[in-house]
Amino acid sequence: MDGYNFAYLDEQTKRMIRRAILKAVAIPGYQVPFASREMPLPYGWGTGGIQVTAAIIGTDDVLKVIDQGADDTTNAVSIRRFFARTTGVATTERTAEATIVQTRHRIPERALSAGQIIVFQVPIPEPLRWLEPRETETRKMHALAEYGAMHVKLYEDVARHGRIATAYDYPVMVGGRYLMRPSPIPKFDNPKLDRSPALQLFGAGREKRIYAVPPWTTVVSLDFEDHPFEVQRWESCCALCGATDSFLDEVIVDDRGGRIFVCSDSDHCGERRAAGHVGPQPDALGQPVAEEAT
Amino acid sequence: MYVAVKGGEAAIANAERLLAETRRGDPAVPEISTAQIEQQLGLAVDRVMTEGSLYDRELAALALKQACGDQLEAVFLLRAFRTTLPRFGASQPIDTGRMQVARRISATFKDLPGGQILGPSFDYTHRLLDFSLLAAGETPGGPRGESDPEPMPHVLAMLDREGLIESEIEDSPDAPVPDITREPTTYPADRAARLQTLARGDEGFLLALGYSVQRGYGRNHPFAGEIRFGTVEVEFVPEELGFPVSIGDVAVTECEMINQFKGSATEPPQFTRGYGLAFGHCERKTMAMALVDRALRARELGEEIDSPAQDEEFVLAHSDNVEASGFVQHLKLPHYVDFQSELVLVRELRRRAAAAPGRRETALAGDE
Repeated sequence: MDGYNFAYLDEQTKRMIRRAILKAVAIPGYQVPFASREMPLPYGWGTGGIQVTAAIIGTDDVLKVIDQGADDTTNAVSIRRFFARTTGVATTERTAEATIVQTRHRIPERALSAGQIIVFQVPIPEPLRWLEPRETETRKMHALAEYGAMHVKLYEDVARHGRIATAYDYPVMVGGRYLMRPSPIPKFDNPKLDRSPALQLFGAGREKRIYAVPPWTTVVSLDFEDHPFEVQRWESCCALCGATDSFLDEVIVDDRGGRIFVCSDSDHCGERRAAGHVGPQPDALGQPVAEEAT
Repeated sequence: MYVAVKGGEAAIANAERLLAETRRGDPAVPEISTAQIEQQLGLAVDRVMTEGSLYDRELAALALKQACGDQLEAVFLLRAFRTTLPRFGASQPIDTGRMQVARRISATFKDLPGGQILGPSFDYTHRLLDFSLLAAGETPGGPRGESDPEPMPHVLAMLDREGLIESEIEDSPDAPVPDITREPTTYPADRAARLQTLARGDEGFLLALGYSVQRGYGRNHPFAGEIRFGTVEVEFVPEELGFPVSIGDVAVTECEMINQFKGSATEPPQFTRGYGLAFGHCERKTMAMALVDRALRARELGEEIDSPAQDEEFVLAHSDNVEASGFVQHLKLPHYVDFQSELVLVRELRRRAAAAPGRRETALAGDE
C-alpha cells in the first residue's frame, strides 16, 4: 500500500513489539505491557492480534485469519484484506498451509504443527479482572501467585450450580506458574493449548498487553479433583460433514424451532466434505456438496 | 439467520460504497468543502484535533467530512493517521503567559492586569434559534477594540506571590516527560501522564466526571481562576543548532482552577490547582479536565478517595473514546461460538435445576 510501511507499522514499532513478544515467550503466561498503537481498525476488533501479526510477518509467510472458526466471517475477511493490502503476502483458508494463523474465539480443529504460529486476539487479558478490577492489585496477585480467589470463584459455581459454570475464556495455569486467560475461546479448545508444538501468541491492543505460550508448554485448565475439567459435547453431529468431534455452531433454520448443527471450523468441515464425509443434511445451508464425494 | 454475516469481500465492498453515497447525501445539494468545515464548524474541528492528539486543522476537517460529522469516528481517523507519523522530538514547553489572547476571563477577581476579555463566546447569548441563518447571507464583521499590548500575567501567578496557592511543583524540570503514546500507562501514574490522558480524553466523559465532583462526589470547591484562549508560539531546539527556533503557532485553551485545601500536619491551608489544556477553543473540555485533574490529586494531597472522579485507574482507563468506542462496538462482531458454549451450559444447568426441584434458578453473567 502506497505511503505505508510493510505490514503498516514502522520498523521501530515492530521492534518494540518483538521485544515484548520475546519477553512474553521467556516468561510463559506473563502479561507484558507494550506501547500498543492506534491501528486503522477499531480497538476491540483485533488490534492486539493485528499488531502481533504485523510485527512477526515476513514476505514468505502464509496467513490465515479466522473469526468464530470461519475464514469467511466479515471481521476475518477484513483483517485478511488488511494484511493482503499492507504486505502482499499469500493468504490461505487451509490451516495446514498457514505459517501464521490469526484467530478470534477459536483454535482450529486440525492440530497445529511445529513452526506454525497462532496469534490470538484478546479483549481482556487479565484472568482476575472480574474478581479484582484494579490493575495495581492484580499485578500483585500475579507476582505472589496468589490465585486463591479464582479457585473460590470456581468453587462458588460448584456450590451454586453443581458444576463449574464457565463455558469460554476458561482460566488456565501456564507452565505451573501464571494464571492466564486463553482469550474467549470455548473451553472445548482448552486442551489444544496444552503442549502444542506451535508457538501461541496473545495480543491485547486496547489493554496494551502481550503474552505467550511457547511450544510444548504445559497449559492446565483449573478444576477440582471431584469436579474435573470437561469440554462441551453435542448430541448431534455436523449436519454437513457428519463430524462428531468438532465444535458445533447451532444454526436456526426456520421460525418453528428448527435448527441444525454445523462445524464452526469452516476449513475442517470443508476438508472433511472434500474427503467424502457426508452429514445428515449436506445441503442444509445451500453450500455446495463436495463434488469429489463418492 | 446469523451466519448471514458470512459473505465476505463483496458485502464489505458494497457497505463501503453505500456509506460513501450516504455521506455525500443528495447530489443536488452542493458538496461541503474541508475549508468550509475548517472555517464554519471550527469548534468541531478543535475537538477532533484535541482528542485526536494532532494539531492539523485541515486533516481534522477532512476526518469530519469523511466521518459524516461523527466526531468520535473523526477522532479515530486522525489517531490512526497520527500513529504512522515519524517523531522528530519534543518541542519546548509552550508559554501560555505569552499567549496572543482572544479571550481571557477570571471568576475570582473583578478586574485584573490585562483585563477581562470576553472574546467570541456563547456565554451570554440567548439560546434562540436564529432563523436568519436558514437563508444564506453574510454576517456583519465583528467589533475590533484596541489591541492591548500589555502582557497578561496568569491570575494564579499573582496568588502564588502571596503564597496563598501551592507553587507549581518543579522538582526536576529537566526530567524526561513520559509519553503515553509510546509507553503503556502504569499505575499509580504521575501527573504528567494523567494530564496527557485527560487532554485526549473524551469530553463527554470528563464533563460528567467534573460535574459529579461539583455535585459532591469528591467535592473540593472550585473557582475558575482563569480561562484563556488564543495562540501561542511553538519552539523547537534542533540538535544541530542547539537553540530554540519558532516552528509555528497553535491555538490553545487553558483553564486553571483554584480549589480549596484545608491543609495538613505539614502544610498550612492554601489553595490548590487543577489544570486543563486543549487544542483550539475547547472551553468546556478544559474546565472539566481541570476539575478532574484536581480530583485525581486526592492521593497526593492526602484526601479521602471515595468517588469515581478521584479514582485514577477508573478515570484514566476509561477516558479514551477511541478505546471505549471500539470495545463497546465490538459487541457487533459475531460471538456465536461463545454464545453456543453458553447455550450448552445454560441448557445443562436448567436440566439439573428441573431435576432438583426447589433449586433457585440463577442468571449467568456473560462477557465478551
